[in-house]
Amino acid sequence: MRAVKVLERMLAVIPIMFGVAIVVFLFMRLTPGDPVDIMMGEAGYVSEGEIENLRREFNLDKPLHVQLYLFLADALRGDLGNSYVKRAPVTELIAERLPATIELALGALIFGLTVAVPIGIISAVRQYSVLDRVSMAGAFLGISMPAFWLGIILTLIFSVRLRWLPVAGRIDYAAGLQTVTGMYVLDSLLTGNKAALISSLRHLALPSISLGAAMAATIARILRSSMLEVLRQDYVTLARAKGLTEFLVIIKHALRNALIPTVTVVGLQVGVLLGGNMIIETVFGWPGLGRLVVQAIFARDFPLVQGAVMIYAFIFVMANLIVDVLYTYLNPKITL
Amino acid sequence: MEAQSTVLNQALYPLKLRFELWKRNSLNFLRELWGQPSAMLGAVLVVFFVLMAVFAPQIAPHDPTKGKLREQLIPPVWEKGGSPQFLLGTDVQGRDLLSRIIYGARISLRVGLLAVGISAAIGTTLGAVSGFYRGKIDALISRFADLLMAFPFLIFAIGMMAFLGPGFTNLLLALTLKGWVVFFRLARGAVMAEKTAEYVEAAKVVGQSNPIIIISEILPNIFHSILVLGTLRMGSMIITEASLSFLGLGIQPPTPAWGSMVADGRDYLVTSWWIATLPGLAILVLVLSINLFGEGLRDILDPRLKVE
Repeated sequence: MRAVKVLERMLAVIPIMFGVAIVVFLFMRLTPGDPVDIMMGEAGYVSEGEIENLRREFNLDKPLHVQLYLFLADALRGDLGNSYVKRAPVTELIAERLPATIELALGALIFGLTVAVPIGIISAVRQYSVLDRVSMAGAFLGISMPAFWLGIILTLIFSVRLRWLPVAGRIDYAAGLQTVTGMYVLDSLLTGNKAALISSLRHLALPSISLGAAMAATIARILRSSMLEVLRQDYVTLARAKGLTEFLVIIKHALRNALIPTVTVVGLQVGVLLGGNMIIETVFGWPGLGRLVVQAIFARDFPLVQGAVMIYAFIFVMANLIVDVLYTYLNPKITL
Repeated sequence: MEAQSTVLNQALYPLKLRFELWKRNSLNFLRELWGQPSAMLGAVLVVFFVLMAVFAPQIAPHDPTKGKLREQLIPPVWEKGGSPQFLLGTDVQGRDLLSRIIYGARISLRVGLLAVGISAAIGTTLGAVSGFYRGKIDALISRFADLLMAFPFLIFAIGMMAFLGPGFTNLLLALTLKGWVVFFRLARGAVMAEKTAEYVEAAKVVGQSNPIIIISEILPNIFHSILVLGTLRMGSMIITEASLSFLGLGIQPPTPAWGSMVADGRDYLVTSWWIATLPGLAILVLVLSINLFGEGLRDILDPRLKVE
């Protein structure tokens, strides 16, 4: 039964992605002028024939609804068009950069959760203690802080002043890492390269913290407040009355239920991670998808921007799908 | 004469009553705000920033857009080599950082207020219509809102700015085109809940038309929630604007915007730390104050939304 529900929920993603594709296609029409004119503007003198060829190559000679149809049909086949500037398939360019971005996002997610979950729990259990007050003040600061500024402050302290951590990049090439998945931390583990592992973790630290800080703050706040609510419930009192240890009461009875609202917020925070990734990759010169997109925007490479926005939306929709499925496991009362 | 003034008094009575009520509510509100030191601090700081923005030309010691290269990269006054002429130092073009930060408050506040104001107006209107009439129009707007929810906020804004090009108007467009959705959801839900309330039934019985019922009966009752949400959203709008300007997609030079000032300072981090860090500190303090005030406002006006 659950499998059917999950499948139904997955099918609901299709019309949403279809709509996303249309919105993204319409984005492109917001630009004043013809993309080919923009491309040619930088190329200097080009013959009329060449311009016509380009128009044909990018389907710009056809009416709008035909262009939309072609765009959707191609997208369905996994073809997001060709980059104007790099003259390579957009999907290829994105796939190349995706591992770096996923590695950074996972780093931020892991940082965010390992900081937020213990803080959220302890702050609720010891409400109004010094620890609670200090961490909630910190969390408040965290939700009010622009990620790019935090990144710069951390660079200033740990890279420029203390010289503990590198300023930019993903790894020291001297470590001689053989890439397997493109995620350097994972690759170092797979190939057993200790030097590469240390180097990639050192490069990953500051970007992950900068990207994950706001998320950690949000999750700690929401987890604390749902824990506080759950701890007042009768079944928690009952669990205590049964003589369970306080640890078991908190972890098994309270946390599981407090996680339900928290998981929703984590799903929404994935969107913040994806958006923040463009910013943080720019701050730390992280060669991922975000930086590719920012460079593509300034190069006016619209198909690449279009494709990337679609991929971002797709990841976001998928993350929330996973959250919805997780939900049913946490709370059997909810059916999708 | 006597009779005339009685008639006038009678006509004015509802207005007077409203004024009395408003006065009492405002006093109560101020009293409750006074009881929340952190919200009070937020409110004071927000007022401080607003005054700074409004009187920027009078306060700023220098022209924010012009500097002398001779005076470039002077550190803040408390550092070695600092000059009391430039309290927070100068940037690479010799422009006074303090003056630029003062003027930068104008951009952040203007974007925050306008983006939230327009989003709230559009979202509340559409939400009220959707929630009240339901049916096809509700289905249509709700599906569109769901679709926009599939884009992370910053990605959507960056995507829009990529295609629209930078500038103030485009920035507002990019922020509001998705920003209205949260207000829509709030207003729609609230109107659906209020619609069955007795006072709405009473208004119907008296024969008031639907638009009048929505505007003069229901909206005043959900205004609190909209105001609270608006205040809490303002911080994230300001951060989003700063992020876009940081990437070079928002406000363009030479207009001083805090986000682009941080970006300018990145290349001089090793030698001149103040250029990148101080404007960012201004963003942090402004957003922090708005959030402090917003959370206080929520606890007073709409405690149901409270996160303990």
